[in-house]
Amino acid sequence: MSEQYVLSIFRGDQNGGEEQEYQVPAIPGMVVLDAVHYVQAHDAPDLGVRWNCKAAHCGSCSAEINGMPKLMCKTRLDEYQGQVVHIQPMRTFPIVKDLVADVSWNYEVAKKIATFTPVNAAPFRMQQWDVDRVQEFHHCIECFLCQDVCHVLRDHDAKDQYFGPRFMVKMAEFEMHPVDGADRIPQLKNEGGIGMCNVTKCCTEVCPQHIHITDNAIIPLKERVADRYYDPIRNLIRRLTKKEESSSSTVPSKA
Amino acid sequence: MAQASQPSMNRPIKPSGKLPYWVEPAFTIVAFGGFIIYSLWEVLFHNTGTYHNYVSPFFSPGVAGWFGFHVLTALYVVWVPFIFRFSCYYYRKEYYRAFSFHPFGCAVAEPKSHRNRSYKGEWKINNLHRYTWFLAVIVLIFLWKDVVEAFIFPNGFGVGIGSLILLINAILLTGYTFSCHAFRNMIGGRKDCFSCTAHGQSQKTTSYKLWHRISEANVFHGTWAWASLFSVWIADLYVRLLIMGVIHDVRLF
Ligand code: SF4
Ligand code: SF4
Ligand code: FES
Repeated sequence: MSEQYVLSIFRGDQNGGEEQEYQVPAIPGMVVLDAVHYVQAHDAPDLGVRWNCKAAHCGSCSAEINGMPKLMCKTRLDEYQGQVVHIQPMRTFPIVKDLVADVSWNYEVAKKIATFTPVNAAPFRMQQWDVDRVQEFHHCIECFLCQDVCHVLRDHDAKDQYFGPRFMVKMAEFEMHPVDGADRIPQLKNEGGIGMCNVTKCCTEVCPQHIHITDNAIIPLKERVADRYYDPIRNLIRRLTKKEESSSSTVPSKA
Repeated sequence: MAQASQPSMNRPIKPSGKLPYWVEPAFTIVAFGGFIIYSLWEVLFHNTGTYHNYVSPFFSPGVAGWFGFHVLTALYVVWVPFIFRFSCYYYRKEYYRAFSFHPFGCAVAEPKSHRNRSYKGEWKINNLHRYTWFLAVIVLIFLWKDVVEAFIFPNGFGVGIGSLILLINAILLTGYTFSCHAFRNMIGGRKDCFSCTAHGQSQKTTSYKLWHRISEANVFHGTWAWASLFSVWIADLYVRLLIMGVIHDVRLF
């Protein structure tokens, strides 16, 4: 066997651990997950790794490869030729074992968000060009790499103050839907903590689905929050006309 | 959350094919820092930015002149582009990364000193970005007037290097101003349904088309931001050097 990759994989759990090195023979086109599977099959059958589709669709295999949050199944090893490849679990979430992180906090956040609330019963009639905007957000595979990289959650551990970029995408998906009637603006400002995001765009940089998280979800939502809460002139007009502001053009007043 | 058990941060040895993570913030520090020092020199030590038919963007419109002030004349205008850029969503990324290390780079651990200070999110004052946009548009109108004047020489229409520099500057500033995220919201971004107000007609409405065009330009907002920052810098420097007699304008025809 000719070329070898050197993998340095974190082994451990809540009680601690360290990286261990493994040699893996190079196969053209192999991805990091292939190499991890090789290690599991040959050297460490007890190596903990979560994966499912191996096609960048299920969002299970998130990890940190040489310090960068990435999908293991979408990261080619030849990107790291001549380097030791360090593989660690996502560090924003508690560790379960080896490369497996406990992402359940995200599911708790998801429960807090009002889901799609149509103003009238299906079937809905809408123009494709009107829904294109929210369809970008449907591409999310819930890999939580954006949550992992977001400094608000990662460095400040402010999970009680900010839902994180993935859930800004989710809220944008519902909030900008042509026939949705729920009002998520107060929640975005308060519990959702959209003001915690300082638009530094790391979420967008790591998103394997190339969702424009900041430009198309977070910033437009911040603008809607500003419309409602931080715009003195709109506020005055609202008071003078005694009109409740709605963020949806389809319903005059919302819950 | 339990973090103690996590391995220590190993920054990528070298994410292949990409620049090291510190390059972008380092560029920002140098470019921004340089521009701010240059602006201070311009504002504090010069009272005119006019050379024949050329006016530097730092001194336009000549607000100070309208009220008869003759000291720090640039100051009456430069605060507008300054607050517009300061509250710009793109520049927030650049300065929060480069100057306050929140974060310095993606997945780069923030400095230890941040641990003792609670992070409160971004400055709320930035929510007023929409107002600074209107002010910036007013200034932009004057810059276009200056462009027209830059093509009118004592002997009639002409083109000098200076005319072209001011023209390019105005184009880049227009691109920057109209690709703004706040403008994108005002122009239609706050609507969820464009066809609804058009009674469900299937043809794209004008307001949709406008929002869509602005959205396309918005993708390059950062590029517009840097390009126009440098064009303002170059335009001002060009006029300044003309005034100082260091260089001479070249008339193309
Ligand atoms: S842009 Fe906002 S949400 Fe995205 S990583 Fe940065 S702070 Fe977090
Ligand atoms: S928005 Fe992108 S990075 Fe975040 S969870 Fe969805 S696919 Fe992953
Ligand atoms: S295994 Fe499904 S996304 Fe990687």
